[in-house]
Amino acid sequence: MINIEIDGKLVETERGSTVMDAANKAGVHIPHFCYHKKLSIAANCRMCLVEVEKAPKPLPACATPATDGMKVHTHSEMAVKAQKGVMEFLLINHPLDCPICDQGGECQLQDLAVGYGGGESRYTEEKRMVNPKEIGELISTIEMSRCIQCTRCVRFGQEIAGQMELGMANRSEHAEIMSFVNSAVDSELSGNMIDLCPVGALTSKPFRYTARSWELSRRKSVSPHDGLGSNLAVHVKDNKVCRVVPVENEAINECWISDKDRFSYEGLNSQERLTRPMIKQDNKWLEVEWTTALEYVANGLRQISASAGADHIAALATPNSTLEELYLLQKLMRGIESSNVDFRLRQSDFSIGAKGAPWLGMQVAEINSRDRFLIVGSFLRKDHPLLAQRIRQAVKAGADANVVHAADDDLLMPVANKAIVAPSGMVDVLAQILKALIIQKEATVPADMEKVAVGDAASSIAKSLASGARSAVLLGNLAQQHPEASQLASIAGQIAELSGAKFGFLGEAANSVGGYMAGAVPGDGMNAREMLANPRKAYLLLNVEPELDMHNPELAMAAMKQADMVVAMSAYKHHATEYADVLLPIAPYTETSGTFVNTEGSVQSFKGAVKPLGDARPAWKVLRVLGNLLHVAGFNFETSEAVRDEALGAACKLNNRIEGIALKVNSTNSAALQRVTDVPIYFADALVRRANALQKTGDAAIPCARLHGDELQKLGLQPGDTVRVAQGNASVQLKVSRDDRLPPGVVRIAAGHPATAALGPMFGELSLERA
Amino acid sequence: MLSAPIQDQINRELKKYPADQKQSAVMSALRFVQDEKGWISTDDMSDIASYLGMPKIAVMEVATFYHMYNLKPMGKHTITVCTNLSCTLCGAEDTVAYLKARLGIGLGEVTADGKYGLKEGECMGACKDAPLFTINNKKLCGRLTHEKIDQILAELDKS
Repeated sequence: MINIEIDGKLVETERGSTVMDAANKAGVHIPHFCYHKKLSIAANCRMCLVEVEKAPKPLPACATPATDGMKVHTHSEMAVKAQKGVMEFLLINHPLDCPICDQGGECQLQDLAVGYGGGESRYTEEKRMVNPKEIGELISTIEMSRCIQCTRCVRFGQEIAGQMELGMANRSEHAEIMSFVNSAVDSELSGNMIDLCPVGALTSKPFRYTARSWELSRRKSVSPHDGLGSNLAVHVKDNKVCRVVPVENEAINECWISDKDRFSYEGLNSQERLTRPMIKQDNKWLEVEWTTALEYVANGLRQISASAGADHIAALATPNSTLEELYLLQKLMRGIESSNVDFRLRQSDFSIGAKGAPWLGMQVAEINSRDRFLIVGSFLRKDHPLLAQRIRQAVKAGADANVVHAADDDLLMPVANKAIVAPSGMVDVLAQILKALIIQKEATVPADMEKVAVGDAASSIAKSLASGARSAVLLGNLAQQHPEASQLASIAGQIAELSGAKFGFLGEAANSVGGYMAGAVPGDGMNAREMLANPRKAYLLLNVEPELDMHNPELAMAAMKQADMVVAMSAYKHHATEYADVLLPIAPYTETSGTFVNTEGSVQSFKGAVKPLGDARPAWKVLRVLGNLLHVAGFNFETSEAVRDEALGAACKLNNRIEGIALKVNSTNSAALQRVTDVPIYFADALVRRANALQKTGDAAIPCARLHGDELQKLGLQPGDTVRVAQGNASVQLKVSRDDRLPPGVVRIAAGHPATAALGPMFGELSLERA
Repeated sequence: MLSAPIQDQINRELKKYPADQKQSAVMSALRFVQDEKGWISTDDMSDIASYLGMPKIAVMEVATFYHMYNLKPMGKHTITVCTNLSCTLCGAEDTVAYLKARLGIGLGEVTADGKYGLKEGECMGACKDAPLFTINNKKLCGRLTHEKIDQILAELDKS
């Protein structure tokens, strides 16, 4: 530690830190544009010039290392003169169009110009003009002339997003920020560039010109999408959500959010929103009052319970539902004596049992300090954009990333070792890694692993894990949705134990941990798969669109169609109009109070940001009334906080221990093609599926049947051909595309999209023929 | 696709740098392409990017930074006149005007027969010979006078 003096204040700071760091510590503000604490130092805006005693000229605080005994003046005559000079230069080419600029009111240049800018410009010549560039559906560059060349957006791409999509072309006064030949910025974190831009050069395309920043009220919330639980600020005008931006939380999302978190709000204002309760009578949908709809539901459930037994009632909820909703749903079900309730909709192997809630196994922030990773079955970047970002930072700091997966998607980070195999080969690969570790640790190989033949990839992965001091073994969404998920989890757990690694499940959705805590799992009842395989007479759907959210859409739709009563609680008028009997309009996350428990087990509650649209109501209130109508005891909650407290009081603990799963390595090599299924980032839940701008991006393209080039050749197919994909009795027509990052013997077909919603389970055999 | 000779040249260049820093060869790669084709298209930048395993936009940044790279087809003989301070003080403006008149084209243009191109350049580090220009970035001609320019053009006319 060294001591430096800033504006007369003594500050102790680390050796190697900069004057800017020390000033931040001392609470002294130094004006700046290009400096950002999460990005590398560029020192190109020169706004942070300060006077350093004994230095002959002003120095940039962001790039000047602090030295012992240094005396810095940030507001001395020399410093202020330098800062004013820089400001005058910056304003020479900056259009003074603040009154019509989208950034007006929240612009760093505007704010600092008030402090350091002149009353009027001495520059009377022509200003430079920069032509707008087309860089995709999310970021607008129409007003590129406002750019002050700080290069924050460029550095963000290189350092945080992991792909350099924007760059600064040309030189000196011709320098311009652009993408390569107007190509779209595809990063799943791209929206952060809008926040980083200190002027109005990069603005949000969906938000532009819908509100001025001072008209917006800012309400805190929590992301309802992936398992991270990013902290959000929901900006509201006239009871309408106008945009969503991050709230800094170093322990969870740092200062970033993914594009899914940022732009999904468009789905809140979708035309498809359900705003009145509806009942189907004589095949016609009627809008009715809440009391009528709820009486109808209560009567229906009572009748089915009396005639067929309560066991014939089943409830399914998405893991994006709040803790309160999930808790009341299961309490209602158990109250009417059915335990058929589940939220693990895309899971297919439930034999792991549920002793506790599977979780990340560590704090989110601990990811950055890991030195070895084994990531099993994860479309990491698309499923967990910000966790991927943290792993990227760890790898940059020297960690090894090892991957076992069914697709070799580019993680935008160096991968030390990888084993890319068909889903049916994943258990075997993990067993190989375990065996290699056992041999390395000179322990005895158990009898059931004698036959496992350790390959090169597995042995390098084992070596990498064994050499680490702070390893992590992480199971991704695909691993948890895999038909042998319990095998994968059990072996991965043993690998973690042997290598002294943290062992974690990457939570698929906002409440993947919360669902367990709410007790929304069947216990002795039927799980999500069994409820469909043994069709029930009544289904309660909470936020669920069965053909898009379930592991096996074909089975789910068959079950819905045969049921006597389907109650769809949803924020949207969706496909349920074809098979449901009642539609209940419930509030999405911005219109209800609630709680998400993120993948590290952090309980994060939020309040509603706006009033529910039309007659929509928070689902916890709907369930409470339903509980009262059905005379279930203990349903007199006044507030969602009371529901939460009761839920958390009875909640299970976080627990990743897996016991009693016998190893079963089957090396049957079937010749049939196997399905690999990803849930693309913008198809993952009901809200994001209705976010317009996101639906126009490359990640939301209509799914293709993707195969390795060799497989295409074998089948005599060309990319672009239309094929009939048959899975059991189900089939759909899709275009074929070539993807050499897939292993042989697989076809990758996305779920969550109408084009593939008629297919069967996410895994298993299928066949292709030219249509 | 980069042609086989260009790939050979790049591979030779790559031996100078550590295996994980292939992008160090980007300037040479751009030069090889220009030497072969006379200019560098965005497709060429894209090819170089994938060959060197670097972002396309990073190649573009380099290609657009240096004035020696032609980003559109130029003449068989491209004359680049330095117009920085030393040359301007020694009469570069007159050099440009004379060349414009002789060739009948403006800066950044090519003669109709494709033989000559004229460009403005930055300091070439040979101020003692100001005013000066280069021919195809390879040959430096200094202490220019109208007579000397006529002489140089007469020689180029022959080739």
